[in-house]
Amino acid sequence: MIAALENVTIAYGQGVALGPLSLTLKAGEIIALVGPSGCGKSTAMRLLAGLEMPASGLVTRSIGQGETALVFQAPTLMPWASSRSNVALPLELAGTAKLAARKRADAALSRVKLPGVADLKPAQLSGGMAMRVALARALVADPKLLLLDEPFAALDEITRRALADDVHTLWAASRPAIVFVTHNVEEAVYMAHRVLVLTPSPGRIGGEIEIAGDLPRPNGFRTSPRFRAAVESVSSLLSASMGLAA
Amino acid sequence: MPTYFLPAPSQIAIATVTDAPLLMSSAWNTLSMALTALVVVSVLGTGLALGLAASPVLERAIKPLAVGLQVTPIIAIAPLAVIWAGLDHSGRAIVALASIVAFFPVFSGALTGLKSADPDLERLFDLYGANRWQRLFRLRLPAAAPFILEGHKVAAGQALIGAVVAEFVARTGSSQGLAWRILEAGNKLQTPRLFAALFTLAIMGGLLYAALQSLEQWVLQRWRGR
Repeated sequence: MIAALENVTIAYGQGVALGPLSLTLKAGEIIALVGPSGCGKSTAMRLLAGLEMPASGLVTRSIGQGETALVFQAPTLMPWASSRSNVALPLELAGTAKLAARKRADAALSRVKLPGVADLKPAQLSGGMAMRVALARALVADPKLLLLDEPFAALDEITRRALADDVHTLWAASRPAIVFVTHNVEEAVYMAHRVLVLTPSPGRIGGEIEIAGDLPRPNGFRTSPRFRAAVESVSSLLSASMGLAA
Repeated sequence: MPTYFLPAPSQIAIATVTDAPLLMSSAWNTLSMALTALVVVSVLGTGLALGLAASPVLERAIKPLAVGLQVTPIIAIAPLAVIWAGLDHSGRAIVALASIVAFFPVFSGALTGLKSADPDLERLFDLYGANRWQRLFRLRLPAAAPFILEGHKVAAGQALIGAVVAEFVARTGSSQGLAWRILEAGNKLQTPRLFAALFTLAIMGGLLYAALQSLEQWVLQRWRGR
């Protein structure tokens, strides 16, 4: 077990915004959280990261500080800093010497297939490249838990698919546990071992579907009957859980 | 039309050329007082904002004072500043008054800028266990840079206005700035010379603004790399 939520709730103002919610994340596992906007997916993410405390319930994390990495919907890079300094940030904040940190940053940049942009600043990168830099920053400290909060939402379809495969390749190299938040059902099924469907606010687990098949995905996986069937069952689960609240 | 009321452009041109050496040295006196004030508020305003950013309690205590200073007309403070600086040191009083006028844009810009960092970047700094200093100097201060620059640009114009107004109020010739030239020419009804001083002041203000504008663009280009 890497991290677990046990009957956690989050309250904003008067009502309950999230939960009660329980989920367990095993080492090396990829789970996807799908749900409508505002159901508390990102809040669940922050709970798993240890950035927020629940109003009730229990958050368990078996990993130390610095072993968690976050990627947001926007690349969230420091606009004044080069790609290299952006990627080196987690290491430098943890006290790694500057030279060593920069070396590892360069290595992380080539892992996300971005050699040669180390000296460029975020404004000089395309959306897809900036997201790869954000990915490199997340991976540079070899996290055991990688939280991806709708990381591809702002990208075009081609870039999105390329990055999905790249995330799998990177995962295969060091096998961190990954939580992938999205509201795109196909993306959720493609990315994860397990898809959890959340209900509208307050977000609870509306259902869970195991996705069989290898990771990284083989060519043509998206057209396979297995993939289509999984997408259909997640979709109907999603509409059922939304109808439940309506 | 009498010359004292509205001189011909040619008369103004002649006055400008004749007075040129005096106008230049007066302009330099005014400008150097304004620039000294700008340096003073740059250090004080940015420094204070940094201090307050580290402590919300201090911010609640100091901010009303800063706002109070901002809304008090400089003319009202001027006599006091002149008395405190001593009549022989009107230059000091003028720098102090110009600093009071120019302080707020720098301080307020820096304070706003220090809070302008992307909240998700703040979360990343939380996640990676950044301490207070790392957060201040690696995130908030660089994020504030464009705001601080903008504040300085506004403050430069304010400092110049402050210096001129303060010279008027001080009413002693010891500062020998452009305002003194205007007063002098006005008192003697030498309107062409008055216009010459006025135009010099306007041109100097314009040049100062243009210089700071290009400095801002140059720094911002480096800041974001494009």
